[in-house]
Amino acid sequence: MSFPWAKPYEPKHPLMKWMDEKLPIPRLVYNATGPGYPVPRNLNYFWNFGVLAGAALMIQIITGIVLAMHYAANTGVAFNSVEHIMRDVNAGWFIRYAHMNGASMFFIVVYLHIFRGLYYGSYKAPREMVWLLGVVIFLLMMATAFMGYVLPWGQMSFWGAQVITGFFSAIPLVGEPVRQWLLGGFVPDNATLNRFFSLHYLLPFVILGVIILHIWALHIPGSNNPTGIEVKDEQDTVPFHPYYTAKDGFGLGVFLLVFVALTFFSPNMLGHADNYIPANSLSTPAHIVPEWYFLPFYAILKAFTFNFLWIDAKLWGVIAMFASIALLFFLPWLDSSPVKSSTYRPLYRIFFWVLVADVLLLGWCGMQPAEQPWVILSQLGAIYYFAHFLVILPIVSRIERPLPMPNSITEAVLAKHAPDAASGPAAA
Amino acid sequence: MASESELNAGIEDGVRRRDFINIAAVSFAGVGAVAVVLPLVNQMNPSADVLALSTTEIDISAIQPGQAIKTSWRKQPVFVRNLVEKEIAEAKAVPLSDLRDPQTIDERTKPGKENWLITLGVCTHLGCVPLGAAEGENKGDFGGYFCPCHGSHYDTAARIRKGPAPTNLVVPPYEFTSDTVVTIG
Ligand code: HEM
Ligand code: FES
Repeated sequence: MSFPWAKPYEPKHPLMKWMDEKLPIPRLVYNATGPGYPVPRNLNYFWNFGVLAGAALMIQIITGIVLAMHYAANTGVAFNSVEHIMRDVNAGWFIRYAHMNGASMFFIVVYLHIFRGLYYGSYKAPREMVWLLGVVIFLLMMATAFMGYVLPWGQMSFWGAQVITGFFSAIPLVGEPVRQWLLGGFVPDNATLNRFFSLHYLLPFVILGVIILHIWALHIPGSNNPTGIEVKDEQDTVPFHPYYTAKDGFGLGVFLLVFVALTFFSPNMLGHADNYIPANSLSTPAHIVPEWYFLPFYAILKAFTFNFLWIDAKLWGVIAMFASIALLFFLPWLDSSPVKSSTYRPLYRIFFWVLVADVLLLGWCGMQPAEQPWVILSQLGAIYYFAHFLVILPIVSRIERPLPMPNSITEAVLAKHAPDAASGPAAA
Repeated sequence: MASESELNAGIEDGVRRRDFINIAAVSFAGVGAVAVVLPLVNQMNPSADVLALSTTEIDISAIQPGQAIKTSWRKQPVFVRNLVEKEIAEAKAVPLSDLRDPQTIDERTKPGKENWLITLGVCTHLGCVPLGAAEGENKGDFGGYFCPCHGSHYDTAARIRKGPAPTNLVVPPYEFTSDTVVTIG
């Protein structure tokens, strides 16, 4: 499971020896995040985001459990119970703002984590399972955040629930019954709010379980690294502790600074004022938009405004939106290049940045009303998004000529740090 | 090899008694699991109180030609619109082949009351409340309703004409209980 040169766990204290025989949790920790886990020596700060995502999940679970002590999932009182948290509960405003902004921070770090994987080819063999489990976590996070956003029962909560459960009504024949089954009624109402609260409480713990699988799968081949070259021997690695506990600790400090700055100075920046108006089932807010982290997918949904072939616009939009995420499950097999890191992939690297720009463009379009030029821009953006994965990537990975690669991580690192050998990799 | 025949004692036609017991036990457990899952799935469906089909009475006497009101039935918004001659004529002038969800205005109103257009105010795309019922709201490119969520335009018979919605605004079941009162549901 680890490299042969991993430092073995040797408990010295009698208590630790006793523990090791009965329930070897200290051994597990030592071999997973301690000196017993060798990690490539050259990880950069983009390798912080996994740990940060874990920290964000813990923040959500802790603040969430506290909120649940004061929140009431009933349409008659839900909105007021959130106001009660904000005004009356001791430090309630802090806990709620931390939970609200914690969700945004969670998505920021997860998006960076995902794009790190795309840039350095971490989704490729032997880490396909790590990637697949990551996509599962991403889907669960989206479901969790959506249901959480419904809980305050403001205008955006209500209409978000209406529109998102509306996706399911696009399914031919059984669509409407499925939607009513999800809502427990014809419109979002008390039954909906109650089940969403129950599931919003449950799903983070399911996510926790999948994260354990994700890390388990990761620890079999070990981490990828900025060169994308697999570890060959001991000099390519350093022990996780103290090297990466320190590096992750520093990253965690920066993350917390950004998080508290957002929470204290601009707690509503990423939210919508309309959600401070109680839900009204007879009037839709003039401009409904989802939370920022859903915007690119929302733009893809909105890009379909006309019936096409034998499928109507509504179903197209919904299929395309789900497909844009489901596509990620196939990524390890769409990219056939054996070279992982973009550092050595001159062509892929360009298309990677175009994809980043495209996703940002889609996010921007997702925010705009359903008018020109946004509709046409969403359509172009959506076409490009699919083209990237289904056309460009398979072709690029076949025709691209990778740059010369160093023989090992250590060679790459030394070439980078010895001035006279600066041209090392190219010469090799 | 000798023990093989001993192991297979009791075989008839290549089937061991143990195979039969295994299949029977697993199938029985499967039936039991399905029997338990069904109520667990079904509990999510609308409960009896939600289903209890309520009716709503609406007094339409105050709605002037060209005006509309918004009320609610089963917690869903309902539009009641008093069409003017021009709007009815416009709706009739459209060839059915131009429509995504072909229906005439007569099919969408009651005989002799074709100026009363009563529909749910629920966009058939993803369920927002379209604009156009209240004074001064955007009625869209076809003079009926406009859903700002993703840009669906409905005409003066509340039929979908442009945008992502697949079908016309739904006409709920209703009756004229008198000339000025409508019962929905
Ligand atoms: C994956 C982790 C989680 C995410 C992404 C998440 C996200 C959210 C979001 C976006 C909101 C709406 C905030 C607002 O607009 O007011 C919310 C509300 C809420 N969440 Fe979570 N949450 C998570 C975990 C949890 C956990 C573990 C609990 C514990 C039971 C919890 C309990 C609540 C409660 C009670 C509310 C309603 C109060 C409020 O609106 O502030 N959440 N959640
Ligand atoms: S909900 Fe009306 S256009 Fe999408």
